[in-house]
Amino acid sequence: MSNSSPISDLRSPISQSPAPVELLRFNTCGSVDDGKSTLIGRLLYDSKSLMEDQIEALERSADLTGGGQINLANLTDGLRAEREQGITIDVAYRYFATPRRKFIVADTPGHVQYTRNMVTGASTANLSIVLVDARQGVIEQSRRHTYLASLLRIPHLVIAINKMDLVDWSEQRYLEIRSEFEKFLPLLDIKDVKFIPLSALNGDNVVDASKHTPWYVGPTLLGHLETVHIASDLNLNGFRLPVQWVNRPNNPTNKELHDFRGLSGQVASGIVKTGQKVMVLPSGHRSTVKEIWTYDGTLPEAFCPQSVTIQLAHDLDISRGDMIVGLESLPGMGTDLHAKVCWMNARPLQPGRKYFLKHTTQTVQAVVTSIDSRININNYEVQPEPAELVLNDIGEIRIKTAKPLVYDGYATNRLTGSFILIEQGTNATVAAGMLQPPLETVKPEYNDFAI
Amino acid sequence: MKSYHLDHLEYLETEAIHIMREVAAEFERPALLFSGGKDSICLLRLAEKAFRPSDIPMPFLNVETGHEFPELIEFRDRRAAQLGAKLIVRTVDQAIANGTAVPAPGEISRNKLQIPVLLGAIEEFRFDCAIGGARRDEEKARAKERFFSFRDAFGQWDPKNQRPEIWNLYNGRLNAGENMRVFPLSNWTEMDVWEYIKKEKLEVPNIYFSHTRECFRRGGQWLPVPPAHTDATKPDPYAGARPTAKEPIKSLVVRVRTIADMISTGMIESPANTVDDIIAEVSAARVTERGTRADDKASEAAMEDRKKAGYF
Repeated sequence: MSNSSPISDLRSPISQSPAPVELLRFNTCGSVDDGKSTLIGRLLYDSKSLMEDQIEALERSADLTGGGQINLANLTDGLRAEREQGITIDVAYRYFATPRRKFIVADTPGHVQYTRNMVTGASTANLSIVLVDARQGVIEQSRRHTYLASLLRIPHLVIAINKMDLVDWSEQRYLEIRSEFEKFLPLLDIKDVKFIPLSALNGDNVVDASKHTPWYVGPTLLGHLETVHIASDLNLNGFRLPVQWVNRPNNPTNKELHDFRGLSGQVASGIVKTGQKVMVLPSGHRSTVKEIWTYDGTLPEAFCPQSVTIQLAHDLDISRGDMIVGLESLPGMGTDLHAKVCWMNARPLQPGRKYFLKHTTQTVQAVVTSIDSRININNYEVQPEPAELVLNDIGEIRIKTAKPLVYDGYATNRLTGSFILIEQGTNATVAAGMLQPPLETVKPEYNDFAI
Repeated sequence: MKSYHLDHLEYLETEAIHIMREVAAEFERPALLFSGGKDSICLLRLAEKAFRPSDIPMPFLNVETGHEFPELIEFRDRRAAQLGAKLIVRTVDQAIANGTAVPAPGEISRNKLQIPVLLGAIEEFRFDCAIGGARRDEEKARAKERFFSFRDAFGQWDPKNQRPEIWNLYNGRLNAGENMRVFPLSNWTEMDVWEYIKKEKLEVPNIYFSHTRECFRRGGQWLPVPPAHTDATKPDPYAGARPTAKEPIKSLVVRVRTIADMISTGMIESPANTVDDIIAEVSAARVTERGTRADDKASEAAMEDRKKAGYF
């Protein structure tokens, strides 16, 4: 009822809730009928994040096609083809807030052929929810999704055992599925795993605790999302600033800006302080941070992931794609790279192919020199030296770049350890890559001279 | 000990600044779509944060339907001048006159006619990228949109064939004739926008605040009574958008929550006089922002269809 806002409500205490301070990004994955969209719909519905017109639209489409039953999945399936086919074809983003946190949800489809969407949705997530149908237990896709969450180094994992109502809320069944997962979880790199039995359709243990699971003493899903510790997810070790844009005012009227030469970028990791010694790579020149400039004034220090503009004490030749790093922990640098990739294109990867490689803020030419292995992500077996990688394959490859990359291993730095491959000609993004740690770090004496 | 931690607005801000700078660095001829509405007001502040002390390295572009609220136009022009930016305006009227836009018989809304005008401006100025203030929380089809939204040589969006967007690595590569729409506010909600306006003390057009206005009821909404038709030598631009005898005019205390033009914007009854009032109202609101947009109610896929055709 857009026309008649209840004026009396506007001054009520509920409208004055303080702004939430933290943002949690999570993605949901599961196979086609595990109920992902229903779960997100339930989270939105029960946390009162849905508006009347959205509920009315649901009711309207329920009357037309759903035999009167509201389908919470229709909230997230935004495109006509999805509604018609009852599937999710692309990553959809949803937003909701509770008084404790704001949430960005990436709803990623679970079909085998859409692994690329899960990688997309999960690459920026703090947390992944893997949905499992309690009747089916661990299936191939559960292993696949868990593997991908581990591959992408998502800090937190929730295994949501859904449709518990259909197995009579059996604790035995819950424990069976849990132990199936615990057989392969130790093979992966996930530090924080939480199991939650729930029913998305009925809302049990989603927002409100279920009366059907007296044997479960953990939090509800939302309770967990609101409290899981994410402050340590950011990488504050080893300062890295990929230079994004060189900020040189043209004809500044302000004389003080006449010599302004700012290096703009987003801090990819670590902390930088005014007066700190830094190194510029790949040149190897050293300098000192003269000023950390922002629109809101200069800062004594900046940290990941702030966007800042740095002025150095020396006038060095620096351009987009260079990286400013702290001296206490140096990155690797080289043209011969070793990486895991997720292949995302229908045209397979074969050794010898040339691509553009985008890493931090630079794009370089690259050739894939060899495919070392292909990883079967259903049973985690490694197949050595495959002829090619096809759509949704994960493999280890070696790449040679036309210019050196300044990088870290993905396991220690998600932003300086990742890259994408772009197909020449079509400009399609064909791979997501995660770099193995460099064999050695940049040698400080390399090309080093005082200015 | 100092907390090295960003709150949600700071996080959204740094993400948007990063995207703005990627655009400036990777595109030859970008433009920024600035309507004077609340979302694009935030975009301008983010552009200042991304590029100052330099000039904002792209012109502003606006497509007028010809049915704009005059307050919005006045604000748009003033704000662009304050920032020292070049403002390019192209209108549906011009496009109808030169034949590049053809109104559908009987259709009074010019919402769809903005598409050829926008595409025409992109071609005229050879823009390879247009930054817009669209948000994913606005509408279901927008929820599937990327930050960097690739458009083919016809300006079309193909939702089934989007470039995967991984980490903060945006692929802006284009072939001749193709272009990109970039949405730095993708992850912002309506509430985030107002909280940012408050935090940054941004001026917004006064139609966002409570005022008295003559309205009439149509399609479940309070629509503003258009300005009087004075020039009898020309056809009434608001023909069909005026209240009929069965639609009595009422003087109401209203404001806009989202702005299209006078034909597609439903007014909401509201006493909100300040940004704080609006934040309180949004947090208590029980309908979405676009619930007041007639252009979205055409069908369940109204936005999807327009976006595929080149809408922003």
